[in-house]
Amino acid sequence: MTLPMLFIVILLLISLVFNGLGTIGLHRFPDVYTRLHAATKCTTFGTIFITFTVIAYSTRQYILTDEAKFLNMAIHTLIALAALLLTNPTGAHAIARAAHKMGIKPKKAVRDDLEEADLQKKKEVD
Amino acid sequence: MKRGKAFVSTFLLALFTYLVLTLAAGQSMAQDAPWDHIIWSFEEIIIGISVSLIVAALTDHILCRKEDYRMLNPVRWLIILVYSVPLFIEMAKANIDVAYRVITGKIEPGIVKIEPDLKTDLGITILANSITLTPGTLTVEVDDEKSELYIHWIKMDDKPTERIAGSFVRWIRRFAE
Repeated sequence: MTLPMLFIVILLLISLVFNGLGTIGLHRFPDVYTRLHAATKCTTFGTIFITFTVIAYSTRQYILTDEAKFLNMAIHTLIALAALLLTNPTGAHAIARAAHKMGIKPKKAVRDDLEEADLQKKKEVD
Repeated sequence: MKRGKAFVSTFLLALFTYLVLTLAAGQSMAQDAPWDHIIWSFEEIIIGISVSLIVAALTDHILCRKEDYRMLNPVRWLIILVYSVPLFIEMAKANIDVAYRVITGKIEPGIVKIEPDLKTDLGITILANSITLTPGTLTVEVDDEKSELYIHWIKMDDKPTERIAGSFVRWIRRFAE
C-alpha cells in the first residue's frame, strides 16, 4: 500500500470511529439534550473526516490521471463541507429549542438557568 | 446611489459562488495548457454574469439589510479563514472528551447562562454556531436583547462564560465588531 493511500485509509478510520461513537452515545445517554450531543456532534466530526477523505482521494486521482472530474469532485466536496458546518449546528439548536419550548426538562440536571429565566419572565407578565 | 454598494456586493458574491460551483466543469479552451480545464468557457461566464445580475436585483435588500458595510473589508474574511484553525482544534479536543463520556457514562448535565457581550447579529450567530459545533455544549436559547446565550453543558463546571466561550469571543471580536 502506498503512503497516500495509507493516509486516506487512516482518515476514513478516524471518521468511522467517531461516527460509531455517536451511534453508541445515542443509545446510552438519558434524554433528548445529551442524545443531541452524541448524535449531532460526534457524527459531524466523523463526517468532516469523510469529506477530508474524499478531498484527499480525489486530489490524488487528479494528480495521477490529470482528469478534470476529480478536481471538480474535490471542490464540490469542499462546498458540501461548508454547508455541513453551517446547517448542522442550526439544526441541532432548532431541535433543542423546540424540546425546551415543549417543556422537556433535562434529566439529571444539576442546574437550569433557562428554567429560572422563564419563571422570572412569567412573574413579570403576571 | 444609496443601494449601489449593496447591489454591487451582492452581484460579486453571487458571481463568485457561481464561478466556484462551475469551476473545472467547463470545456477547456486550449487542450495542451497544463491548467486548461480550470478556465471557464466563454458561454459559462456570460450566463454567470446575467444570472448574478438578476439575483442581485432581486435580493440586494435582503443581504444588506442595514446600511453597514464592515464586512466588505477583505481582512475580516481572512480572519474568518484563520479562525477555522482554532475552531477545529477545539472541536477535536471536545470530541475526544465526549467520546470518553460516551464510553464511561460520566455526565453531569445542566443549562447555564453565558454573557459573551457581543453586539452584532453576525457575531452572535457565529458564536452560537461555534458553541454548538464543539461537542459538550449546545445552544438552547438566544436572548437577542441582552445578548445572552443559554447553553446545555454535558459536564457542569464553574466559570461557564470563560470556559465555554472565552477563546471564541476573543476571535469573533476581531472580525465581527
